[in-house]
Amino acid sequence: MRSAKQPNMNSPLSQANPSRLRRISTALHNRPGLFLLLLLSLPMGWMLIVYIGSLIGLLIQSFFYLDGFTGQVVKEFSLRTYQGLFTESHMEIFGRTVAMAAAVTVGAAALAFPLAYYIVRYAHARLKALMYLLVLLPLWSSYIIRVYSWKLILAKEGIVSWFLAQLGLTPLLDWVLRLPVIGGPSLSISSLGLFFVFLYIWLPYMILPIMSALERVPKSLADASGDLGGRPFHTFRYVTFPLAFPGVVAGSIFTFSLTLGDYIIPSVIGDSSPFIGMTVYSYQGTSGNIPMAAAFTVLPIAVMAVYLVTARKLGAFDAL
Amino acid sequence: MNNHENTAIEFNQVSRHFGEVKAVDSVDLTIQDGEFFTLLGPSGSGKTTCLRMIAGFDHPTSGQIKLHGRDVTNLPAYDREVNTVFQDYALFPHMSVGENIGYGLMIRKVPKSERNRQVRAMLELVQLPGLEHRKPSQLSGGQRQRVALARALINKPKVLLLDEPLGALDLKLRQQMQVELKSIQHEVGITFIFVTHDQEEALTMSDRIAVFDMGRIVQTGTPSELYERPRTSFVASFVGTSNILSGETAQKITGSAQNISVRPEKIRLVAPETETADSFCAADGQVTAVVYAGMITRYTVALAHGQTMIVAEQNLDDVSKSVATSRGKQVRLIWPCSANNVLQDPE
Repeated sequence: MRSAKQPNMNSPLSQANPSRLRRISTALHNRPGLFLLLLLSLPMGWMLIVYIGSLIGLLIQSFFYLDGFTGQVVKEFSLRTYQGLFTESHMEIFGRTVAMAAAVTVGAAALAFPLAYYIVRYAHARLKALMYLLVLLPLWSSYIIRVYSWKLILAKEGIVSWFLAQLGLTPLLDWVLRLPVIGGPSLSISSLGLFFVFLYIWLPYMILPIMSALERVPKSLADASGDLGGRPFHTFRYVTFPLAFPGVVAGSIFTFSLTLGDYIIPSVIGDSSPFIGMTVYSYQGTSGNIPMAAAFTVLPIAVMAVYLVTARKLGAFDAL
Repeated sequence: MNNHENTAIEFNQVSRHFGEVKAVDSVDLTIQDGEFFTLLGPSGSGKTTCLRMIAGFDHPTSGQIKLHGRDVTNLPAYDREVNTVFQDYALFPHMSVGENIGYGLMIRKVPKSERNRQVRAMLELVQLPGLEHRKPSQLSGGQRQRVALARALINKPKVLLLDEPLGALDLKLRQQMQVELKSIQHEVGITFIFVTHDQEEALTMSDRIAVFDMGRIVQTGTPSELYERPRTSFVASFVGTSNILSGETAQKITGSAQNISVRPEKIRLVAPETETADSFCAADGQVTAVVYAGMITRYTVALAHGQTMIVAEQNLDDVSKSVATSRGKQVRLIWPCSANNVLQDPE
């Protein structure tokens, strides 16, 4: 390759090299299988060893167990860890996390769809580029910084409380914060605040797939629906939304699984009720119970598998 | 012409400007009920914009559009009794053929059993019986075309709009669909407005044609009117092939310097110096190209004054017997003077 890039005119090799390259390319051209193998071996190797391999490692670990007396991991097949997993307090953590992930997903879809629709269908080229930039802009700065910023924004003396006070809406805020489950002493120490921050952090991951799904829906289909008597609502209900739904599902895989696994946001914002990620973190860190951490991690994977199969059954991927 | 009972579409000084661009410029147009009317023109001439304004996907910057006497200028598409067959068919990919065809009825809350009955009847009409459970992706181009037609016709529109619907089909299928569209129009008896850039297709199918150029209608007429008596050199050369004679050449032949057009097939090639009757026009020249095209042979002849004429002779006899089989031969071109068409080109 190098000699081809820097041909040495004085060397007799300079004539031989291009023909060698040509021989290689001819050989590859005649053996498409070999070419594909060369192309895919690196990414496939990465996928198999690093990605799938670590998942399998995780699964194996979850069948080991921690000896209560010695504090050592016993590397024997056992269902003991799973017995310990399905306890009431663990299930509470699990339920809380899944509920939050579901709420964040629904909220993100509700916010992202109209925005993506506007960007794809109405914004002209320059505005579209600007909107793209604005959607991606938050991803340029550190996630931890942004989470801590939100802690300040949502704090009792923060800008949200101040703004609501200016509008005379403080009683409304107090009323919302007194509600069970979602309330708390202030927005930054409530599940509602936690929901807002999750929503903010994962929203771009919902907007982008919906945008690309909407880009693939030809404008003429909306025209055709209108032509056949469909009002804008019908067109949305029967044509645009079903065709863009794979984008919503793709986005929801991001928002749902990212919320399921996150352990930083719930430890900074909210009332410190544990989430799956935090629990996994503390099991593998402080208590050194790697098998329990692994078993806990298998849960979200199972949830996602059930979710994808259901989405497929519902026809979410039919329009792909 | 002003009888509203028989008028399907009426354009009154309709313009559609996109910023500086005048896509459609002061168009007046009247289409009779039951006509097969074609909007013909090169791309960007404004024909599709006109169709979109009839459908309601686009609205005029100024002017008025009436549909069966009712002002629809600013009405949205879903409030108009017209349906469209789209250029790319625009079938809903996530719905079956039956659901596609029944879409309009579903929107109007027609009960499912009645809907299914009508869908089956429509599939019969477009000769695709039994395909209602297929997905559009499982159909061929010609079949999709028919589904798009059925989906539009099931709503019993007063006017059917067709936006270059045959553009994506191969020649054989296209000619078959041309005949079929005509017979379907005959059967359902409604107005068809057809957009195409293919002049041959326009001539074969239409009752009347409006020729568009640069956002304006240049000429409206029956196929034979347009072909035999084109008004401008644009129409003369866009609809079929024409020899356009101007200046000295025209002066010498017709005695007037006005531009004239003569169709290549009206002209015969004879030996130089051949005497002709007074009712014939003649010109002398040299053959510069001979193209054999099966049914005809096309000769290019260079006249004095630098003009060239195309002559199309039917290959009735063996081609080799023709007077001008080879390049470089001197010939005389003769044609009945009645074939001269005086053009009114804008200055």
